[in-house]
Formats: sequence, structure tokens, C-alpha cells
Amino acid sequence: MTAPTPEALRSWLEQMILVRLAEDKVMEIYMQGLVPGTVHLCQGQEAASVGAIGALGADDWVLCTYRGHHHALARGMDLEAFFAEIMGRDSGACGGMGGSSYVVDASLGMIGSPAIIGAGIPVATGAGMTARLRGEDRIAMCFFGDGACNIGAFHEALNMAQLWRSQVVFCIENNQYGEYTPFRDSTALPPGAPIAHRATAYGMAHAVVDGQDAVAVHESVAQARARAVAGDGPTLIEAQTYRYRGHSRTDPGAYRPAGELDAWKERDPIGILAERIGATGAVDEIRERLQREVDEAADRAAEGPWPTLEQARGYVFAD
Amino acid sequence: MITYREAIRLALDDAMAADETVLLLGEDIAKAGGPFKTTVGLYEKYGAERVFDTPIAENGFCGIALGMALTGLRPVVEIMFSDFLPTAFDAIAMELPRWRFMSGGQTSAPVTVRASGGGGGRFGAQTSSTGESWFLQFYGLMVAAAGSPQGAYGLLRAAIAHNNPVVVFDHKAMHLRKGPVVRGDDRLAEVGKAVVARPGADVTVVASLLMVHRSLEAAEALADEGIDVEVIDISWLRPLDVDTVAASVARTGRLVIAEEQYHDGGWGSALISRLATAGAPLAAPPVAVSMPEVLISHSPPLEDAMIPSTERIADAVRSVCR
Repeated sequence: MTAPTPEALRSWLEQMILVRLAEDKVMEIYMQGLVPGTVHLCQGQEAASVGAIGALGADDWVLCTYRGHHHALARGMDLEAFFAEIMGRDSGACGGMGGSSYVVDASLGMIGSPAIIGAGIPVATGAGMTARLRGEDRIAMCFFGDGACNIGAFHEALNMAQLWRSQVVFCIENNQYGEYTPFRDSTALPPGAPIAHRATAYGMAHAVVDGQDAVAVHESVAQARARAVAGDGPTLIEAQTYRYRGHSRTDPGAYRPAGELDAWKERDPIGILAERIGATGAVDEIRERLQREVDEAADRAAEGPWPTLEQARGYVFAD
Repeated sequence: MITYREAIRLALDDAMAADETVLLLGEDIAKAGGPFKTTVGLYEKYGAERVFDTPIAENGFCGIALGMALTGLRPVVEIMFSDFLPTAFDAIAMELPRWRFMSGGQTSAPVTVRASGGGGGRFGAQTSSTGESWFLQFYGLMVAAAGSPQGAYGLLRAAIAHNNPVVVFDHKAMHLRKGPVVRGDDRLAEVGKAVVARPGADVTVVASLLMVHRSLEAAEALADEGIDVEVIDISWLRPLDVDTVAASVARTGRLVIAEEQYHDGGWGSALISRLATAGAPLAAPPVAVSMPEVLISHSPPLEDAMIPSTERIADAVRSVCR
């Protein structure tokens, strides 16, 4: 595995700052009444997506979930299309049909972002099968949360993915809570064991990484990617992380023990990477520059036209 | 003359020969040739990379099929019994029909889900449903139901070639029935087009699956009584071919629905509603021959009482002619 270049590390730092600022902006425009429905924010989880996506090739497919803004931005989604989608505008990445939950750009290999917990896991397995059957140097990268590890689709997909050596890499972003419930209250595991240990039941490789450390996540995903394209099967990676916000917009996260959030913020992924690459002094400058980009993109997005029912009708069926 | 199930097998074979992106997934369909022998020889002919024996994990492999379809393949999934479709409800009802829409048309999901259903085998409450109308509220799916060997061939070929997800139902009690089948890449059924299985002037009977066969039997019997019955094999439950039925009813003025399902919430009630709201000129109120509101038992007299018989259909035709 080749170590990330200084340029790559610097771009990851910028991406993580961008994700943070964009998510804060989503909350801001939500409070201004510009976002219909709800939003599921990812502040605190930036390293898992940026590190993982940094290990992917341009042709790789990405599947994420309703908490998927960091994946979209890490994959390079246009900022205005991102905000416009969340605002339900025709100029959005999905023409305003997907909303906050489903912000994808198929030209970036983003093929889905379902709001149904775990639904993307079999789909990613299928995409990985396409790569395997065609003998392509390509994988499907599948992100989901700790809560998805208890639904049938997770187990069914892992079984078939391993059985058929699908070229897929699974990444659990374990943010400690499945909606409002600590994952250990809903997930039967040996005492202290990580969720990724479940891979062993399927004879699948697994890894547990510090999800606050983009470099660690990158290394793990790069190894898993190589294993998958070599025909050695999928890997279940658990990136241990934390979401600073509640489950959705209306959740203040009051069920979290006092001090837990602050303890995690001590290990903020942006700070960890900045320190690692000696760029702590540059963070403010990057933040200032990206804040302008974020603000301008959101302003332009808010001017976007609303989609029509005729447009919606046209999106249901392919010709 | 070939059997209905052989027509299914030939449709799969011809579709795989015509398009190398077509592949099959299902339980026991590869090495064993399929629980209903609809895939015999295909594993040997096309190999392990195109015919997959799956674990018993319907929701999982339907989701896998979606992933294959989004990335350029055309999977055909076999659900052994229609009654197992609910185990894959999320994948079929909530994922397959919605990903294209949610992406704003960026992706498409050409997945065919085929399922064998229907009663008559004394299989009891959990392996006897046709299931044909279960997915009609999940807009984004096409739904077909084969009422003849030619329909079994043409509908399946059409579904596989179609760029949207299609659920294709067949009926277990039809599997060994024989009929003429014309094969070929030009023999795909037209999507959304019903088939007039028997022309007639006095009464329109609209049926699906096994009920097409029983309606044709009833029509033969009624011909001796001087009643000339037109039988329409509805073939597609979405899109529902209201026009073909409306044109028939405009001539006959009389309508009978023959369906192996509960009436409320099914394609039969939808059809009556569509005709009524369009002001179809009916000389008598329409009659639906459907399943009584009980559940199916394996006990022979009980199952026979559930599934509309040729005689019940004939009686319904007589009743609208009075």
C-alpha cells in the first residue's frame, strides 16, 4: 500500500473542513426554513468518509445512507447541486427528488443512498458482483451505521458477498448510537467486542480502525480494496467515530452521558489530521476560504427553481 | 405445442443468448434446474457466472440484483413461491421502484423478479397465493401475469428487455398446460398490452393467470347456450390496459372479472373503477368472480371453494346476461 502523498493529505484536510462547514450550513439554512423535512448530520464523522473515499479509484462505486452528506462531498459533489438538492430544487443533484437523504451524483459513481436502514448493503454487494463478473479493477464501497448491523439485509448480504467473493468493502461508521440507542444496548456481542467481529461468522476479513483518524481509515480501506480486487473477498471495516449532533434535526441528543460529547471533541478528526500533517496553523485560512464557497453555493442554491410534477413523473420510469 | 413452464425456460434461455448481461439468481435454480424445472440446463449452458444458486435470503438477493442492475447487468430473480415475496418486500417494494426516482433519473434498475404462485396444489395457507396485486401500490414497478404459454414466453422476454423493474407472475397449476408458442427476439409481449384470448360479442370476461384458462373453458360451455364470450388475458396489471377492455365492453356492454385473489385492492377492482369513472356503457352491473374472504387451506373442499371454478365463472356470465 502506498502511503498518501502530502498533497492528498492536504486535500483530505480541506475536504473534512468543507464537510464540517457544509453540515453547519445545512443546519443554518434549515433554521431559516429553506430545508424541507429533516436532516441527518454527520459532524464528527468526517474522517471515516474522507479517508475511505481517498482510497478509492475514480471508477469505484459508492453507496451511502441518509446520513450521507460527507460521502457526497468527499466524492467531489458540486456544492451548489448539494445544497439545492437538500432544498428540494430542480437544480439539485437529483433534481430535487432525493432530498437530504439521497444526495447522489451517478457520474461520481454514487449509485444510491437509501433512507431504509441496511438496504444499501445488498445493493453494494450486487455492484461488487458486477465488477467481479466483468473482471474489473473496481469495487463497491458501502457505508452504513452501527444500527444497520442488526437488520437482516446486513447478514444476508455479508453471507452472499463472502460466498461469491463480491468486490465490495463494507464500512460501518460506528457513531455509537443507532438513532437514540447506544449500540451495545441493541447489538449482541461478546463483552467489549467490536461489531466488525461479526465478519468472522462468515469467514470474512475484518478490521477495526480509529474513525477519527483519516489516515488510519484510508490505510484500512486501501488494504480491503486490494483484497477485494484480487478476488480474496470483502472486508468488514468498523470505523469507530461519533456524531456531534443528534440523530436527526429534532434530536438534541439528551440521552448521551454528560461529558461524552466533549471527550470525543478532544479527538476531533480535523484537528487530528491537521496536527499530523503540521497544518494546524492553516486551518483558519482554509476555513475562511471554504466558508465563502459554502455560503455562496448555498445562496445560489436557494435561487434554484422548484421541480414540477411533470418532471417528477419523468423520473419514475426509464424509456 | 409446449408446456407453460417450458415456455418460461425457453424465454430465459433465449434472453440469455440474446444479451450476455442477463443472468439468473434464485434458490436451487442452477445445479438442480429449479424447483419447478424452469431453469433446467441453463447452468450447464451458461455457467456459474450467469446462473447463481442463492441462499434462502430473498430480500438479500433481490437487493443484490438491484446492485447488479444499477451497474449494467440485467438480473432475473426467481422467487420460488409468490408467498415468499413478502420476505423481500423491502427490496422489491421500497428499493427497486424508487432508486431511479430518488436519483432524479440518473440510474435505472432493469431487474426482473419472477414468481410462481397460485392455488390448487393443496399446499395450504403459505404457499398458495397468486400475489399478483400485492405490488400495485408500489408505483415504479411494472407487473405482469402470464395467462398462457405464449404469454409466459413473451411477457418474460419483455420484462427482461425492459429498462424498469418488472415483477412477472406465473401460476403453478399452469406449468404443465400446453399451448402454441412462437419464440424469437421479435416475440416480446408489448408492455401494457392485454391480449384478446377469445373474441366474442356478448360478454367481456377479463382474467389473469389460471383464470384465463378457466374463463376459456367457461366460454366454450356457454357457446352451447348461445352466449358468445370474449376473454381478455389482462397480462399486465401495471400498466393496466383499460383501453382494450373499454373497447370490448363498448361492444358487449357486459363485464365479468375472473381473478384468483381477493377483489378489494386488486387489479380487478381497479379495472372496474377505471371503467366506471370513464363512463363505460354497461348494460348490467359488472360481476367479479374472486376469492371469498377466507384464507386458503390445504384441505381439498376448502381450497376448491376458494379458487374460482369454471362453473362459477360461467354462472357469473349467465348472471350478467339476464
